[in-house]
Amino acid sequence: MSITLTEAAAKHVQGFLANRGNGVGVRLGVKTTGCSGMAYVLEFADEVNPEDKIFEDHGVKVIVDPKSLLYLDGTELDYTREGLNEGFKFNNPNVKGECGCGESFTV
Amino acid sequence: MALIQISEPGKSAAPHQQRLAVGIDLGTTNSLVATVRSGMPVTLQDENGRSILPSVVRYLANGSVITGEAAKKAAIIDPLNTISSVKRLMGRDIADINASSGDIHYEFAETGSPAPRIKTVAGNVSAIEVSAEILKQLKHRAEQALGGELTGAVVTVPAYFDDAQRQATKDAAKLAGLNVLRLLNEPTAAAVAYGLDKKAEGVHVIYDLGGGTFDVSVLRLNRGVFEVMSTAGNSTLGGDDFDRAIANWLKQQAAISSNVDQSLVRQLIQKACDAKEALTDADSVTIEISDAANGISWHGTLTRDILRGLIDPLISQTLLPCKRALRDAGITRDDIADVVMVGGSTRVPRVRELVREFFGREPLVDVDPELVVAIGAAIQADILVGNKPQDEMLLLDVIPLSLGIETMGGLAEKIIQRNTTIPVARAQEFTTFKDGQTAMSIHVVQGERELVSDCRSLAKFELHGIPPMVAGAARIRVTFQVDADGLLSVSAKEQTTGVASSIQVKPSYGLSDSEIEHMLRDSMSHAEQDVTARNLREQQVEADRVILALQAALKADGERLLSTDEIRQVQSKLEMLQKTRQGNDHAAIKRAIDDLNQASTEFAARRMNESISSAMAGHKLDDFGR
Repeated sequence: MSITLTEAAAKHVQGFLANRGNGVGVRLGVKTTGCSGMAYVLEFADEVNPEDKIFEDHGVKVIVDPKSLLYLDGTELDYTREGLNEGFKFNNPNVKGECGCGESFTV
Repeated sequence: MALIQISEPGKSAAPHQQRLAVGIDLGTTNSLVATVRSGMPVTLQDENGRSILPSVVRYLANGSVITGEAAKKAAIIDPLNTISSVKRLMGRDIADINASSGDIHYEFAETGSPAPRIKTVAGNVSAIEVSAEILKQLKHRAEQALGGELTGAVVTVPAYFDDAQRQATKDAAKLAGLNVLRLLNEPTAAAVAYGLDKKAEGVHVIYDLGGGTFDVSVLRLNRGVFEVMSTAGNSTLGGDDFDRAIANWLKQQAAISSNVDQSLVRQLIQKACDAKEALTDADSVTIEISDAANGISWHGTLTRDILRGLIDPLISQTLLPCKRALRDAGITRDDIADVVMVGGSTRVPRVRELVREFFGREPLVDVDPELVVAIGAAIQADILVGNKPQDEMLLLDVIPLSLGIETMGGLAEKIIQRNTTIPVARAQEFTTFKDGQTAMSIHVVQGERELVSDCRSLAKFELHGIPPMVAGAARIRVTFQVDADGLLSVSAKEQTTGVASSIQVKPSYGLSDSEIEHMLRDSMSHAEQDVTARNLREQQVEADRVILALQAALKADGERLLSTDEIRQVQSKLEMLQKTRQGNDHAAIKRAIDDLNQASTEFAARRMNESISSAMAGHKLDDFGR
């Protein structure tokens, strides 16, 4: 079981955390509310629940709840630029299909 | 695959429900758009990595529109179709514009309407339409950069913008397809960008020296709420004046005659601007001017000392409004917690130096002064669309001039005092002046003076359907409401019948900050005269009321209740009052009113007795004992 970050993603998460001033790391998850099944959750994490799994990569703590981990195992979080837009991207090997925009997915 | 930003805990958006919000600084010279990405506020850049969009719009014959840098470059070759500084025209009419600024290079169309329309090859355009083009460009940039449609935008306006100017800004945003979450005062946005809202309570001064305008605002943070205590400024002073002063110096040094062609003037201004910027870090800079067409070749050195001599008088001009703003806010320099620098011209070290000296403290300069307003607006927008969980930050602003209505005698009755924080609603009751009066005209005015003729007229409307009653019996409640964007609505309601009437004030033209200052100065220098004028008008109104009432009573009961002699006596006092009323001695009018009251006391008593006995007729004494 693992979740990894690219170097770019780690750098940006650290920057955003520093700017925010608090937070233990970043929380990755999925929720079941998309047009195509599942949607990603990417949030600042202020607390860790006892059942959470914690991964650390490039000095960044990634927190995932065990249920979400089933859908995210092996995911690499990346930070990229597309034209003027920039942001995080989930490279998730479990995904079988995405909706047109990629905001939600099925496994 | 859509790109994702880090949300606050529990604030992750459902797919396709991302709440994308931006802050827009719609400036006179330059405009910017900013957003909050993964909790961090950033300005959004165009394809060339530039955050700043010059507020310039060029119209082409084929109907297409160019905005920004490309339009700015075309200003020299196509001045009539290239519109800059359009913010100065927002919410103003032609008379205002002709009176205020002489440097407008384009032509206005004769449309017969007071709203100015600028003639271009693509047809006539209004200031709102031109501003909308700038906003469209920023919206497009934002949607490219955020990868989706915008939920809403916060657009900033100067603190002194009046209703018409705010409404015009909102209209421009609507025209550009933006959902305006709210308009935010520029100084407040700057304070938010510095996180001053998270600090303890205190007074903050925002010193904003842009390309062509200067504004200073005093804000107070009170229980987590920002309040604008005062504003002052100079709408025709900015960094461009520094450039012009340096360019004039260059002209003198290089012995260039004053009537040279536009391209050389441009070159001089550009050299001046470059030299000014170079002197931010260096102590001296060499300048070369060569212009073959005019046979000019010169080079020389501009030092910080020389620059100081050129711009010090200009910087001093910004300190006067600073003084006034402090006085208006009723504070001294010692009360100030922070001074925030806004506007590209505050990069000039000498400006910082003099501001530091004046306020006696180091000004805040960490956030890029050119970006700071847009960044504050973006932070506010992010909160307003609900991307922040805990924040209850409510930003408050003030109205710059008192709002009121005209009462009898042309007096201005203030309902909302100037510097009241908005949103605000205030109500006051008024009554009828004449017996049987069934309508009332409500004249909404703005200003500090006592007489309506010295204030600015905002709107007029009428309340009809007041039931006929004796003078003074009707109760008409007039409510003034100013919303969070500073827009005024006035309503009037007759309390017994409930008939009501209201108006949304969209004044046909606006006031510049210098006009507001002028009006404020007038109200102080004319204070004594205003008091006298008010006393006189009040006595005149009272005299009219007494005369009307007595004439009506004489007509009804005079011959029945009074002897010919008595009537003559009352009549003579009445005529005396009518004559005195025409003069301007309020004390004399008051005496004449007292005289007449005395002369008619007996008459009033007889009328009273008669009406009581007629009321009692047919009743037993018992009926009155209960």
